[in-house]
Amino acid sequence: MLELSKVSKLFFPGTPDEKAALIGINLTLKPGDFVTVIGSNGAGKSTLMNIISGVVTPDSGDVRIGGNVVSELPEYKRGRWIGRVFQDPMAGTAPHLTIEENLAIAYVRGKKRGLSFGITRSKRAFFQEQLKKLGIGLDTRLRAKVGQLSGGERQALSLLMATFTEPQILLLDEHTAALDPARAELITRLTESIVREMKLTTLMVTHNMEQAIRLGNRLIMMDKGRIILDIDEERKKGLTVEQLLREFENISGHKMADDRVVFG
Amino acid sequence: MHAIWNSIPGAIELGLLYALMALGVYITFRILDFPDLTVDGSFTTGGAIAATMITHGASPWLATIAACLGGCAAGAVTGLLHTKGRINGLLSGILMMIALYSINLRIMGRPNISLLGEGTIFNSLSILAFMVGVVLVIVVLLNLFLKTDLGLALRATGDNARMIRSFGAHTDHTIILGISLSNGLVALSGALVAQQAGYADNSMGIGMIVIGLASVIIGEAILGARTILWATLAAVFGSVVYRIVVAMALQVSWLDASDLKIITAVIVIVALIIPTAQRSWKQKHAARKRSAELADMLTAAGGER
Repeated sequence: MLELSKVSKLFFPGTPDEKAALIGINLTLKPGDFVTVIGSNGAGKSTLMNIISGVVTPDSGDVRIGGNVVSELPEYKRGRWIGRVFQDPMAGTAPHLTIEENLAIAYVRGKKRGLSFGITRSKRAFFQEQLKKLGIGLDTRLRAKVGQLSGGERQALSLLMATFTEPQILLLDEHTAALDPARAELITRLTESIVREMKLTTLMVTHNMEQAIRLGNRLIMMDKGRIILDIDEERKKGLTVEQLLREFENISGHKMADDRVVFG
Repeated sequence: MHAIWNSIPGAIELGLLYALMALGVYITFRILDFPDLTVDGSFTTGGAIAATMITHGASPWLATIAACLGGCAAGAVTGLLHTKGRINGLLSGILMMIALYSINLRIMGRPNISLLGEGTIFNSLSILAFMVGVVLVIVVLLNLFLKTDLGLALRATGDNARMIRSFGAHTDHTIILGISLSNGLVALSGALVAQQAGYADNSMGIGMIVIGLASVIIGEAILGARTILWATLAAVFGSVVYRIVVAMALQVSWLDASDLKIITAVIVIVALIIPTAQRSWKQKHAARKRSAELADMLTAAGGER
């Protein structure tokens, strides 16, 4: 489904600030894989997400989605295959548009946007049904401006918008990090049920170690632009946060340096 | 007092003629969040194309449509400069405005063209009735457009460009489309104003962006902007109110017609400052009240213990 081969990316090449964000990354996701990604600050997790979604183009190596090489395609052209939820709850929705207008924008993901009405009666019924699944009462507020929603509600809406058209790949970029614990738990639960129900191929970056172990069927650990550990479903089952941290120190030779890391 | 009342019908008429320009400014300024200074040039472009074609014997209807298309083209160039050329938004507008100054002179062949004795749209029509119809039709069309998939993408571009890109829309294209549409309306307004005034002049567009902003802001201050329909109607209403204010200001004996520009600037400044000041005052007030409540609750709880 998703395949990265020998992908490298340098920032500020040839200057004193040169930084190797990704070095020779090889990563293959099978259809339906749900992979969690952890790593210290500056490990290249965000760059990995940006390389896949097309915000950043790799210096070398190939990105394939469903067998097609997409390395040079700009972000808006990859939008049809990739759903994405950002860390910032404000990033995934348009605040001055209503809930149903936001959903209408997501509904035509990657299709040609023409002069047919964004919201029709049948689409509205569909949106309502989808919102009901979130279970937080948004289905009664279709015409409320998204700017009036709380951070948690906006993030739930972003998650729905990113997934309800069944994209081939779902990218979650620390999408619960900016929320309070109760909201984060709600979004985590929704993520789990949506990904399982739709069998979405998912890559999720997280700072929460416990979450990284609990969710998904595979865990990868990054450090200094490399994938240093790849844990399959079997091994992941019995894993504890302590073991994971010890493993990290053994391989990387330093402690997990991350002021935001949550041990669960 | 009498003179003021007499000037009102004329002011409403002018307000509706310039309302199309205000709607254009609304598209760039409010929907795209792009301060587009092309307007000063493209307004004249509209007047210049219409006047030139009419004096060369073209049908005034055809001339008006051509003027509108000319404005669209000018706007598209500004959009291209900004998106493909990566030039700062304000600067792309200014560059296009300056370029249009020469282009407009080329179109007209001289600094001004009189339309006296020529057949214009308004020869056989009541300006007021016609403009009410035109403005209504354009407001309705604009509202319908902004509810289509493309229109929603345009609105999202100004609201959250990163989000709409992640859903597969090319924001360069939506920006170019929006600026083009906006300047089409501005040039249409210029073409109609030239026909109403009976001449086109190379300086007729100077200060137009500020008048457009004034209309949008005055309308929002009075009517609010809860929905798109409301906001577009507010722009039209603001344009009419602006003309009435100007008409009244001109009745004041110590003000000259040449003071119009500073009156406009002052209106915009006041209309921009008041809502911001109001909002911050409200927020401070609410925060103070809420803090006091919380403190009281704490003391009360402490008292019980």
